[in-house]
Amino acid sequence: MNNASLIKKRYAAERRFRAFGFGAIVVTAAFLAFLLFDLVSKAIPAIIVNEAMLSIQVDPELVDKANPVAGDYLGMTKKALAQHFPDMSSRADRKALNGLLSAGAADVLQSRVLADPSLIGQSITVPVALNSNADLFLRGMDDGQLSDKQKELLGAMTEKGLIIKGFAWNFLLNGDSREPELAGIKGALIGSVFTILVTLSLALPLGVAAALYLEEFAVKNWITDAIEININNLAAVPSIIFGLLGLAVFLNVFGIPRSTPLVGGLVLSLLVLPTIIIASRAAIKSVPPSIKEAALGVGASHVQAVFHHVLPLAVPGILTGTILGVARALGETAPLLMIGMIAFIVDVPHGLTDAATVLPVQVYLWSDLPEAAFQSRTAAAIILLLIVLFAFNALAIYLRKRFERRW
Amino acid sequence: MNDMTVKTIYTPEPPRALQAKPPKITAQDVNVYYGDKHAIKGLSITIPDKAVSAFIGPSGCGKSTFLRCINRMNDTIAGCRVTGKITVDGYDIHDRDLDVVQLRARVGMVFQKPNPFPKSIFENVAYGPRIHGLSKDKTDLERIVVESLKKAGLFEEVKDRLAAPGTGLSGGQQQRLCIARAIAVNPEIILMDEPCSALDPIATARIEELIHELKQNYCIVIVTHSMQQAARVSDLTAFFHLGNLIEVGDTDVMFTSPQDKKTQDYITGRFG
Repeated sequence: MNNASLIKKRYAAERRFRAFGFGAIVVTAAFLAFLLFDLVSKAIPAIIVNEAMLSIQVDPELVDKANPVAGDYLGMTKKALAQHFPDMSSRADRKALNGLLSAGAADVLQSRVLADPSLIGQSITVPVALNSNADLFLRGMDDGQLSDKQKELLGAMTEKGLIIKGFAWNFLLNGDSREPELAGIKGALIGSVFTILVTLSLALPLGVAAALYLEEFAVKNWITDAIEININNLAAVPSIIFGLLGLAVFLNVFGIPRSTPLVGGLVLSLLVLPTIIIASRAAIKSVPPSIKEAALGVGASHVQAVFHHVLPLAVPGILTGTILGVARALGETAPLLMIGMIAFIVDVPHGLTDAATVLPVQVYLWSDLPEAAFQSRTAAAIILLLIVLFAFNALAIYLRKRFERRW
Repeated sequence: MNDMTVKTIYTPEPPRALQAKPPKITAQDVNVYYGDKHAIKGLSITIPDKAVSAFIGPSGCGKSTFLRCINRMNDTIAGCRVTGKITVDGYDIHDRDLDVVQLRARVGMVFQKPNPFPKSIFENVAYGPRIHGLSKDKTDLERIVVESLKKAGLFEEVKDRLAAPGTGLSGGQQQRLCIARAIAVNPEIILMDEPCSALDPIATARIEELIHELKQNYCIVIVTHSMQQAARVSDLTAFFHLGNLIEVGDTDVMFTSPQDKKTQDYITGRFG
């Protein structure tokens, strides 16, 4: 074969390789765009909701000024709605009308009055949450749960201008609920934050210390070799095994309360420890040995050389590994199922030993529910989880840039 | 093992450099092993104070290894074993009571590749005095840094940018910064491991000038691949070959009339 055809072949191979690479990027980007579009379009009903704007008379007979918490706010709300439909007087009609309202329809009213008791006796205009079935119908999605009468009523309410679109604060500010329009992500979000805090505060110092010891101080013999192999193996162990370990050790032996961020964080720190150790060791190893020699050469002790020079230069790599590990922990569901974090928990946790759930488990829980309105909650929760992950990655990049030094 | 030891030839016997100056470092029957590899075979040498001694020889002959024995830098290499006796000022450096950190403060080292810390020029020089508590206060530390930079012939070039990163200097400046860093802890001996191999001829000439000035106050041991450099800067030359110290002698004599065939071949460029 002559030289010219060889060159031609080489160029052709290069072009082919570039085309493959470009094609791979296009396909990946298309998948990603499809995923994001699908998620966002599904999540919109959970973020922007239809509400009824009603003028409500805060009836002093239904609210005791001395004890405003015990007031019948839902009754007042129902009354205010009924005033717009004076001809709907039968019991069945009333039931149809009230069925359009959410169980939490009076929440905004109640919080306004509790914040300002002087409103008692006056008339105020507040947004009133609708039942999720009514909300879906107003979007043109009939889930078959509303009667024909109720559909007519919703049409009449729209004509009267009572229906407005509002931001679904419920989704951000509430804990979980059986009612889709009241179910919120706050409990899971706070649960995730607590769990990750426990994970980080345990796994980071332990992981970095272990990596430093193994890389800088440990004698190289068959014991350290065995430890190294086992750490690498641990990084590949299915996460549910760690959940079983947590169940056996933390719950059954140590008796830590189940379903709490504390035990969740403990289990997840076991999970990410190998990742952090491996990344930290790589970061420590990549510091040029000449820097350490220079420090030793001017009479620094081994510990001084490591802590003054090697560790600071390894920080960017350690942080990257840690954030990757934490991002993995943040998205983990399986091990948490084993330690009871799958429970239906309405309250937002206030501490490390309160029952809690986390974002991915919440996604899993909602995705399992039959109501159509929970589908949009699932999508919205996934988006929130992604936002939290992006925020973590952004933090990692920022920290890495800040600590990065060139040599 | 000792049957492999080659008897060292002295040129002349004894070298003038050793008669004129008091001995600073002595080695007796030193053997170094990297695992199974016998890197230095029964080496004995005396190195004079306030003079420059050059180690020459082909790559892998053990000259850097022996240099690193003098401040026990080989301790940091896994699987490296040193036997025999090395003394500095008559004290055994492998003595149990001797603190290796103190030894390294007395025996400074300059490496083949300039390796400033990724910190400011000031911090590079100040690090040693700081960890050894050599300065009373901040002004004292500044004085030590400026003096060290002056001794290393770098101060005039960097006096306006002491806060700039040391890694931003040119290669020759970086190497002089490393010399300033070594000087700052007040060593008695400075070991230089091919300090000019990464530098251009002009930077090399500056370092050589500096070595000339420094030998008034320090015992300098330099490993070099450049025969011309050894001839220019050193008083005593030691020729290493395959882990053996073949010949030691006054530089001027050794470069004109080497006794050993191998030394002669190496110096005249016939091998190595």
